[in-house]
Amino acid sequence: MTSQELQDEIIDDFSLFEDDLESKLFYLMDLGKKLPEMTAEHKSDEYIVKGCQSKVWLYPVYQDGKLYFEADSNTEITKGLVSLLVKIWSGKSPKEIVESELYFIDKIGMSRMIGSQRSNGFSSMIKQMKMYAFALAKE
Amino acid sequence: MSDLNIQHIRSLFPILHQEVNKHPLVYLDNAATTQKPLSVIEALQTYYQLDNANIHRGAHTLADRATGMFEDTRKAVKQFIHAAEAEECIFTKGVTESINLVAQTWGRKFLNAGDEIIISYLEHHSNIVPWQMICEEKGAVLKVIPVLPNGTLDMDAYHQLLSDRTKLVACTWASNALGTINPVKEIIEAAHAYHAFVLLDGAQAGSHLEIDVQALDIDFLTLSSHKLYGPTGVGVLYGKRALLEMMPPYQGGGEMIKEVSFEHTTYNEIPFKFEAGTPNIGDVIAFKQAITFVNNIGKSNIIKHENLLLQHFTSGIHKLNQTFGSEQIALYGTAADKVAVQSFIVKGKHPFDTGMMLDARGIAVRTGHHCTQPLMRFFDIEGTVRASFAIYNTLEEVDILVEAIRNMIHKPAF
Repeated sequence: MTSQELQDEIIDDFSLFEDDLESKLFYLMDLGKKLPEMTAEHKSDEYIVKGCQSKVWLYPVYQDGKLYFEADSNTEITKGLVSLLVKIWSGKSPKEIVESELYFIDKIGMSRMIGSQRSNGFSSMIKQMKMYAFALAKE
Repeated sequence: MSDLNIQHIRSLFPILHQEVNKHPLVYLDNAATTQKPLSVIEALQTYYQLDNANIHRGAHTLADRATGMFEDTRKAVKQFIHAAEAEECIFTKGVTESINLVAQTWGRKFLNAGDEIIISYLEHHSNIVPWQMICEEKGAVLKVIPVLPNGTLDMDAYHQLLSDRTKLVACTWASNALGTINPVKEIIEAAHAYHAFVLLDGAQAGSHLEIDVQALDIDFLTLSSHKLYGPTGVGVLYGKRALLEMMPPYQGGGEMIKEVSFEHTTYNEIPFKFEAGTPNIGDVIAFKQAITFVNNIGKSNIIKHENLLLQHFTSGIHKLNQTFGSEQIALYGTAADKVAVQSFIVKGKHPFDTGMMLDARGIAVRTGHHCTQPLMRFFDIEGTVRASFAIYNTLEEVDILVEAIRNMIHKPAF
């Protein structure tokens, strides 16, 4: 599936909750629990994307023209969002990641998670993923 | 139970009557900033609609009127804190600026290498960093009063720290993160015995506690208007006249001068010596309405009602712990003498997640380190969730909070 198709699928899943924010958060936390565990040595300070309150770890692997991500967060809600990002972008070409626009965050009612960089590492993580992809796409 | 009509008080706060995320707003972030009553909002509007003028110099009616109203707030502050004179009350941007003012003027003039300043583990960063900066500059030493597990100061350690080298004790009156009310009388008397001055950070005390700077013999006191129902961007530095007169000015500019030539400038009297430039006139004027609001209810009624809310919350948490196991919710700050602030952590939940979950039910709390990172390190935690109560909060709102926490412990499965 393309990153666009994956985003549309996520939006569709979340539409079941309509505007019930609490259920969406519970669902996100549940999704976070299903995120594959990071390799222990990759979960180091070197790969930390820091926010004021929530931390995110991000480890990229470039293989056969595709970019793969391992990731984790110390907060459950952020981890749920992280898992969605990994789902959308992991295994895609750097070109697709650079060119793809993330519209699902707003559509599932989580735009505040990217609004305040100070309060969580999620928006920094998006930038970091794009930067990895951008550097590889240029090569 | 106090005789207050809380529903009437709530009706004075337009912001409280709204829905957030499809739930009625439950505002429990009062230690960060309180909401403003209509009288404050209207005073701001009236000032800009009818009275706006620059103060203290104009020869016209509007300037006279604005000046009079601005100085009326100073008189109200004087009465509010029982200062000897209104001139001892200087308007600043807030507590942070008030503390920096003392550090940069008193500190720069009177601190020498080897002198000591004592602060405490409970301090907000704004009562740590300004002292670190001036200590570094002057070669002075910063000492820290340790804290006990219940969130009270280790007073034995404090008495040990005091010496002839102590020049200032800068200490919060009430902790923003834990709510602990410090034994300021004892702190001040002990410091004065060593001829050290005392600065009290009154940010959290302002809206809750009776303040009498003369009875307590306080040397410096700082207040923020926005934490006591007034506008943001206004604060107070109270200082004893003798101290303020000895201190050099903070910033240069208009208002703070007596006579300027290119060769030499003489400075104005207090308070104007410390109020360079056009001040925040409209907000200072509106601040008077906030003081009136607090005075009309009365501090003793406020304390009584807020204590009730705090007790209701802690007993609600104890009941949850009895039901779901004693360690489900950990409380931080369990001193006997507290303002209405309670920090807690729901077991296995990062405070950020708890805060987001509460927000989904329209409940506003603060999460994080509360600008007290050393204190959080003492408890070996990254941060807490903090509920802080004000006069307009109700027991029903506390129930809503407790119920939301219960729901978090017993969440539905997908």
